[in-house]
Amino acid sequence: MRLSPDQLIFWQHGFFKLNGTIVFTWGLMLVLAVGSKLITRKLSTDLKRSRWQNLLEIVVTGIEKQISDVGLKHPEKYIGFLGTLFLFVALAALCTVIPGYEPPTGSLSTTAALALCVFVAVPLFGIEEQGFWGYLASYTKPTIIMLPFNIISELSRTLALAVRLFGNMMSGAMIIAILLTITPFIFPIVMTLLGLLTGMVQAYIFSILAAVYIVAATRTRKPKPALAIKT
Amino acid sequence: MDSMTIIAVVSIITAGLTIALGSIGPALGEGRAVSTALSSLAQQPDASATITRTLFVGLAMIESIAIYCFVVSMILIFANPFWNHVIAGATQAAGK
Repeated sequence: MRLSPDQLIFWQHGFFKLNGTIVFTWGLMLVLAVGSKLITRKLSTDLKRSRWQNLLEIVVTGIEKQISDVGLKHPEKYIGFLGTLFLFVALAALCTVIPGYEPPTGSLSTTAALALCVFVAVPLFGIEEQGFWGYLASYTKPTIIMLPFNIISELSRTLALAVRLFGNMMSGAMIIAILLTITPFIFPIVMTLLGLLTGMVQAYIFSILAAVYIVAATRTRKPKPALAIKT
Repeated sequence: MDSMTIIAVVSIITAGLTIALGSIGPALGEGRAVSTALSSLAQQPDASATITRTLFVGLAMIESIAIYCFVVSMILIFANPFWNHVIAGATQAAGK
């Protein structure tokens, strides 16, 4: 029983292995990049537009609204990063309907890579917003004693992001594999539907948590103006 | 009992206990979270977007604990380093 698509080897030459994770990730990248390029070749701004452009507009405006709801003032600065995270993880979960496909996010390598991207991006956005010393000073808030705890929480929430996504995708694939050996008729289809639902929810959770971490890093604390109290 | 049997028995029992005990807490927590979210939705239906989004984020954080227990259980069953070490030793001894 395969624990992850890492063990599905398509081609091997000495040290280099082309395993299922890499091949399926390349397939997803191809679909996303080529699909978007084809749809955005002829963009129209009047009322008559193609249905694919409509679909992309729904997706983009939906993500933009979610990002601004979380608290980020200028969503266009972050939608490249957060939107790509959401679209990649969501498409990886959706393509489970294709037979023979295993989601690459079911391998700890992929989810660790995505979590590392968030780990690097959050300080970058924080420094861009608050300046280098301003961002570092935010680790010492509320008091300097909290400095080790803030650093530990930074590391642990990155680890939690990776393990959460990996656990959800791996458990979905494993439940279906086990059920196929026990009751292969209707029940695996029901569990595949549940796997689709949890995959979409986990994609949403991943990107919303990344957005919340960016909000925490870019929130500039202005000193409150002293109230003039008339006595 | 030799060490191979002990490792196998303890791994199997621990894997079962891990996932059994580890799902109790998150299940209770998620039940309370959803019930509070439902009552606040009933009180303020026009804040339903914020409440629903916060509910999902909170549920994901609570679910992570159960996922950690599941991952440990899977490691004990499928990627157990102690079992691999003992099996490698046994096949080496049988091959000689």
